[in-house]
Amino acid sequence: MKPVLDVHQLTMDFGGLRALDHIDLQVNAEEIVALIGPNGAGKTTFFNCITGIYTPTKGDMVLTRPDGEASRLNGLKPNRVTERGMARTFQNIRLFQNMTVLENVMIGRHCRLHSGIPGAIIRPPANRREEKEVVEDSYRMLETIGLTQYVNEFAKNLPYGAQRRLEIARALATEPFLLLLDEPAAGMNARETNALDELILRLRSEMKVAILLIEHDMKLVMSLSDRIYVVDYGKKIAEGNPDAIKRNPAVIKAYLGEDIDA
Amino acid sequence: MMSLQEIKKSFLVSLWFMFLTFPIMVIKVNTIEQTIDWRWWRMAGVGLGAFCLSFVWRYAMARKEAGKKKAEDDNIVKVPLFQRLLSDRRFTIPGLVTSVALVVIFPFVFSWYQTGILITALIYVVVGLGLNIVVGLAGLLDLGYVAFYAVGAYSYALLNYHFGVTFWMALPIGGLLAMIFGILLGFPVLRLRGDYLAIVTLGFGEIIRLVLENWNEFSFGPSGIANIPKPGLFGLKLSLQESTIYLYFLMIGLALMTIFVVRRLQDSRIGRAWIALREDEVACQAMGIDKTRTKLSAFALGATWAGMGGVVFAAKTAFINPASFTIWESVIILCVVVLGGMGSILGVIIGALILILLPEYLRAFSEYRMLVFGALLVVMMVFRPGGIISGVRRIYHFEEPQQSTDNQKA
Repeated sequence: MKPVLDVHQLTMDFGGLRALDHIDLQVNAEEIVALIGPNGAGKTTFFNCITGIYTPTKGDMVLTRPDGEASRLNGLKPNRVTERGMARTFQNIRLFQNMTVLENVMIGRHCRLHSGIPGAIIRPPANRREEKEVVEDSYRMLETIGLTQYVNEFAKNLPYGAQRRLEIARALATEPFLLLLDEPAAGMNARETNALDELILRLRSEMKVAILLIEHDMKLVMSLSDRIYVVDYGKKIAEGNPDAIKRNPAVIKAYLGEDIDA
Repeated sequence: MMSLQEIKKSFLVSLWFMFLTFPIMVIKVNTIEQTIDWRWWRMAGVGLGAFCLSFVWRYAMARKEAGKKKAEDDNIVKVPLFQRLLSDRRFTIPGLVTSVALVVIFPFVFSWYQTGILITALIYVVVGLGLNIVVGLAGLLDLGYVAFYAVGAYSYALLNYHFGVTFWMALPIGGLLAMIFGILLGFPVLRLRGDYLAIVTLGFGEIIRLVLENWNEFSFGPSGIANIPKPGLFGLKLSLQESTIYLYFLMIGLALMTIFVVRRLQDSRIGRAWIALREDEVACQAMGIDKTRTKLSAFALGATWAGMGGVVFAAKTAFINPASFTIWESVIILCVVVLGGMGSILGVIIGALILILLPEYLRAFSEYRMLVFGALLVVMMVFRPGGIISGVRRIYHFEEPQQSTDNQKA
């Protein structure tokens, strides 16, 4: 079976700075893959390239639906990428602050709905049905993530951990088969991180999504991931399963620096 | 809450003001007798005035802070008085009945002059609700909105002059033409946001006005177009008074239609997309919303209402020239939206009524109008940054296992 995401030789230059240097990366269906590296290694740039926020200098990105339909992501706008089934969260939370929690999730449903301006004004039965469905679907999504107690709360009034989970709920509402999580555990305490660990595993088994995550919490990364990619200064320095990565000398060097005595 | 400390601060402020205004307020040089008049009593006045104002300001700020802290301590969401009233049926139904009764009997009780003023206010309600889509919902600061108003007014005036197009035909045509102009403006400004967008739209508004002013063959330049007919009622001949009343009810109808449409749009798929665009453009796109289409639709729809408002304006005044469509007009409409409450329909209506009716009935103070306007806006922005009535999001109620939705909206 083809990988759901196949990135080949991805390169991104900002002026003279090479932020990503010929990166290869694959994510298979229902696989949890972690992308790790020191700060400034280019992880978020990688996310921004594959989701269409940046246009990469070079390289190919192919997204393949589980049913086999493949599409090239190069040059697609972010909303088109999301429509094709890849959704993401943001490192610095980017919720719609002045909308309710439910509405945030409803926005995620946007690209799966069809009603336009005339429909909104006249409200034919098809439109009413769609509206009813989107409310119910969104509520069910909040149930899955466990945010129903906040349903009519403004997103900005939520506790930090709940905001992070709402971002995941919003992304899942777009019906992705590949979910990109950018530091989902950032700023969470140990208990919240454990809950997140369970949540991510549950999402994979219940919703059949593959997950590509950037994370600095090594405990979380090692316990969750099937495979790990390590980048440093825009270059891929290692890939493999958690045990292999733990022992990889290049990775240890990148994280801890070179041992002077060695 | 108000300690000696605060009084001391206010005292210092008043001292500072006395010092600052000393040269202009106290010293008066008599050039004929070559003497200096020392008007010390004036200094005392300045000092006292500054002290009182400063004290009132401090008191209000302290109250505001205390209120905020209390809400945080109690961990309750404070529901403003207006919203509590609006969600209370005991208040809304009598309120609605009274306002409907008032609206219906108004033109028969008051003079046609008063009715005329109210028609102007209603035009601003419609146009303000249109701008509310662009600024309040989609968060696109449009300072050239009056251009679409001008497009509507001129399309009726010119079509009527050249082809004898009637009001009822011109109304949709004016709206449509304004919509096309809205899309035309929308395309170049798609990439812009915030201040940059404001500057470009400002320029666009001026371009339209300057074209109308200078293209004599097309728009008759500054001399404008006169004798624009009032709307007809099945070919009946109406007196001035009757046609004013007719226009009044027509405007009420148009305002109601606008409210209906904006209300429905607000809670639809497209309305949510506008608000998401306002809240965070990057996240909005990443959630699968087409930014181009969303922005263009906001511009186009906002412009449509301005165009229709313009057609009514031309019909009402019977004479238009470019002087009616200056940047000042854009600012007033923007003030209507900001003062009333961005994204709130009732807020915009109240804002329009206040901003249009107040200057009319305060003609005696017309010299101070700008001063009052400015002060009002500053005070509003400090104490009620959300406007008189801030936008409320729809509340959905869920009952297990059956789910139903209820609507509580401003």
